[in-house]
Order: sequence, then structure tokens, then C-alpha cells
Amino acid sequence: MALHEQGITELATGLRAGAFSSEELTQHYLARIASLDSHLNAFITVTEPQALEQARAADKLLRKGAGGPLTGIPVAIKDIFCTRGVRTSCGSRMLDNFVAPYDAGVVERLQQAGAVMLGKTNMDEFAMGSSNETSFYGPVRNPWDVERVPGGSSGGSAAAVAARLCVAATGTDTGGSIRQPAALTGITGLKPTYGRCSRYGMIAFASSLDQAGPMARSAEDAALLLAGMAGFDARDSTSVDRPVDDYLAGLDAGVAGLRIGWVEEFLGEGLDPGVAASVELAVRELEKLGAEIVKISLPNSHLSVPAYYVVAPAECSSNLARYDGVRFGHRCEAPVDLEDLYKRSRAEGFGTEVKRRIMVGTYALSAGYYDAYYLKAQQVRRLIADDFRRAFEQVDLIAGPTAPGTAFRLGERADDPVSMYLSDIYTIAVNLAGLPGMSLPAAPAPDGLPVGLQLIGNYFEEGRLLGAAHGLQQATDWHLRTPAGF
Amino acid sequence: MDLESADVLEIAHLARLAVSGDEADTLGGELSRILDLVAQMDAADTAGIAPMAHPLDMVQRLRPDEVHEGDQREAFQAVAPLTEAGLYLVPRVIE
Repeated sequence: MALHEQGITELATGLRAGAFSSEELTQHYLARIASLDSHLNAFITVTEPQALEQARAADKLLRKGAGGPLTGIPVAIKDIFCTRGVRTSCGSRMLDNFVAPYDAGVVERLQQAGAVMLGKTNMDEFAMGSSNETSFYGPVRNPWDVERVPGGSSGGSAAAVAARLCVAATGTDTGGSIRQPAALTGITGLKPTYGRCSRYGMIAFASSLDQAGPMARSAEDAALLLAGMAGFDARDSTSVDRPVDDYLAGLDAGVAGLRIGWVEEFLGEGLDPGVAASVELAVRELEKLGAEIVKISLPNSHLSVPAYYVVAPAECSSNLARYDGVRFGHRCEAPVDLEDLYKRSRAEGFGTEVKRRIMVGTYALSAGYYDAYYLKAQQVRRLIADDFRRAFEQVDLIAGPTAPGTAFRLGERADDPVSMYLSDIYTIAVNLAGLPGMSLPAAPAPDGLPVGLQLIGNYFEEGRLLGAAHGLQQATDWHLRTPAGF
Repeated sequence: MDLESADVLEIAHLARLAVSGDEADTLGGELSRILDLVAQMDAADTAGIAPMAHPLDMVQRLRPDEVHEGDQREAFQAVAPLTEAGLYLVPRVIE
């Protein structure tokens, strides 16, 4: 099997057996990026010299019989994670010139695990978008159809994994930014429980929602990558000090005996019939594997998008206040005074969608509006979290669609922010509640485009999610499909 | 919700974003549509519901009040647009 067809476990075995070196594996992936990424625009920066240096260091360890499952494995890092000495743009003109002075906690952990960084992946600007069209570096294209979007905001990571331009990649998910692109590109992505992965050095969008997670070709690879990312970090005040489960050991737990909730509210208006059919087929497969399917209700789920578009913009307007043209990032030419410096640096540095969200958040937090918007949204957030709490008294996992449709055409929703926001209608509630959720491939739609099955778990039950997903992937081949030409 | 251009310009000022008159017209329509979407939550009965600021209802962790980081001024100022003698330079504020 070609090197780029192999999963992490096979590659780790090959590396240890001396069938190939990490340097050869890394060269193989760098060559694929060089020849294929011009069709996709998945990478903003390719870090070839650093990658080869890390690969040679990994080879040294491997020759000594040391290292772990990720030692020498080439991965891609979303350009939202700070990487010391490497441009960290967050998909924005604002940070086009920003070379991070330190590594993000997640990046540090992956380095310690011996992973090789191939480069930094493209993304919606400051992770605000569901199509990867808001990037300063141009849209990413979907390897299944290059006229279509890969989803967002982790669109570059999703496209790179789907097209086999890296073994796996990191993403971040504030309202669906790992799961929705995973669904649209036919890969497996997991958003962990809030607090499971360090947010240190992960450029902040909405701090009470942002969470890092793995994007990979299988639940097994996602488990291995998550094991390398998760864990307590004292430098992130919301990091949770709690042991990390052994995700690899938990994979064999499978599906049998699980009670899986099927959400009535997710099957209503707006869901593409082809997507609905694929997701129902996947749920029937889970039933065949021994799960009990239980109908459940999340009666407030329709309020998640409205509440999110207060909470996320409010936190964004506060977080992005730091880009002032003074300490780092873009600065306008010849400012006449301090206010002009702030206003023009920010107007030039930020794109349209980012400005819209900053302004929505500024408005919602401004004098006289706080109760009507921010307070109300936080109360609705509690209603949504309580729905899940009640559901998890009845079931172990919740299943449903990840996104209401398959990948849409580039430009199709670019001029209509509200229709773009509805791409995340099934994923946002999970962020508001802080729960772990994942997307994995279901059967493709009739036109061949990927469809995602979403599984949602209770707090810190990433292992159970991965076990169920692995069980399904052992019994089906939906996750093994590869886009033609890649 | 109908935001006028004047409202947009006021919000833009609060957010320290330079916005032209033409942009304000477009933004007014877009922001109004987003706020219409947000208004759907008005239908929810939230009387007596405690606001949820954090998904795990955590409290802030405290650490000992000790110095734990070295001086990194040079590393951080290396990415600044304009510095002099260890200071960030901005246009004159006091005449």
C-alpha cells in the first residue's frame, strides 16, 4: 500500500520495522503537497526545513527503539495554533506578518510526542466561517469537487486529510469548525469536551466555546492524535485537571449495548433528504451492531443558532480588541493620531465577516442592550445544556446529522451571512453545552459527495465516542473512500 | 430590527473600526438580518433561569502569587510594528 494510504498504526509499525524512515515518509508527503495543493489551497505555510529536521530527530529516536505512536508521523497544524518561529496568520491579513514567539500547548504536546509538522493549514479568518471562503489567503477547495467548499473553519485541515496531504491534522471547533468540514470532506473529526485540550497559544475567537481536536481518516487515527493533544495545561485557566483516558485501549469497546439517542428535532425542515437517508442508514447499522436506538427530544435545540450569534460575537468583540496595531499584527500607514491608528489598522487588517461579528458583539454588549442580548443568550444556553443533561439520563450517546446538506458550491452562500450560519445548525448546541461531539463518514449522498454522521457524548466521554465510531468503521467502508485524483 | 447607518457608525466607533458611509449602508442591512435571527430567542421563556457563562460552570483557578516567567520583552517586541528603546511607539497623544 502506498505510504499515503496508511493509517497511523500501520505507519508506526513500518517506521519501527525500518520499512521506511520518517524522513522518507515526510518527503513523500511534502512531494504530495508540492504537486497537489495547487488544486486545493489547503496550506498557508509549508514548513519543509523544520519538518525534515523533526523527521530526522524522530528517526534517531526510532533507531534507539524509543518514541511513541506519533513519533515520526507527519501532521498538519491549523494556522490558529501559535508555532514558534513560523508565521501564524489565523487566516487574516491582520496576522500576515506575525511570527509567533512561542508554541501553543497543543503544538508543544505533539512535538513532545514526536509528530512532524508539515505546515500550517488554511482556515476561515479567525475561525469565523463555515466554508473557508473568509480566509485572507483565498478559499480552500473540496477534494471531492474543487468547485465546492470544504466547510469551515478548519477547511484546510479537512481538505488536507481528505486528499492525503498529511496523515492527520489539528482543528478547532467553536460552533462546528471541526465537525462540519469533516462531514463535507468525508473524514473523521472530534471536538473534545471544553477544557480537554489546552487553549494556550490557540488564537482566541470565543473563549467559552473554542476547543481543539483531531481531524483524521479514521476513529483510530483520531484517537491516537487526541491522545497526543489532550491534557491539563496550567497556562490555560479553563483547562481541566483530570486524567486523560486511554483512547486507544477504549476503541474496542464498540457499539454493542450502547443506548443511542435519535434526535427528533434534527430531522425537520432544512435537512437534505439524501443526507437524512445516509444518516438513517448509519444509525440502522449501529443498531445492527447491537446498539439500542432511543428517540429523544432536545426541545430547545432550535434556539442554539440565535443564542450562539450573541455569545460568540460578544466574546469575539472582546478577544479581538487586542489587535490594535500597536504590539503586533497589521498597522496602517501614517496614522494621524491614536484613534486613527486603531481604526484604520483594524479596518485594513480584518475581513468583512470578522468585522460583522465584532460589530454584532459590540452592539450586544453596549450600554442598554446587555440584558436583552447577552444575558438572554446565556439563559438560553442553560436551557440547551439542560436538554442534553436530561437526554444523557436516558442514553449513552446521541446520533444525528452533522450538517444539513453536502458541500455547497464556492460563492453560493458568500453574500448571505445568515444562510451560512445555518450550516452549523446541528453542531452549535454541542459547543454551547461544552460536550464532546464528532463527525464520521456515513454512506455518500446519491451524487457521491460525503455525508457526516454526528455522534455526541456526555462530558469527558471522548473514549466512548471513539469506541462507537471505531465499531462502526470496522463494520463499514464509508471512511475508506478517497477522492479521485488524490 | 432595523439598524440605520448612523447606528452602524456608532457601533463601528465603539469597536474602533473605520467604516465609510457606503459600507455602513451595507452593514446596516447585514447586521439587521443577523439581529433578526438572534431575536428568535425572545420566544424562549427564561424567567428564573440562571445565566450560563461557562460550559462546565467552573470557577477561576488561582495560582500562587509568584514570578514564574522570565523577561521576554525582546522576543515579544520583535513582532511589534514600531518600538524604540524597549517601548512601543504610537502617534503623539499629549501635545
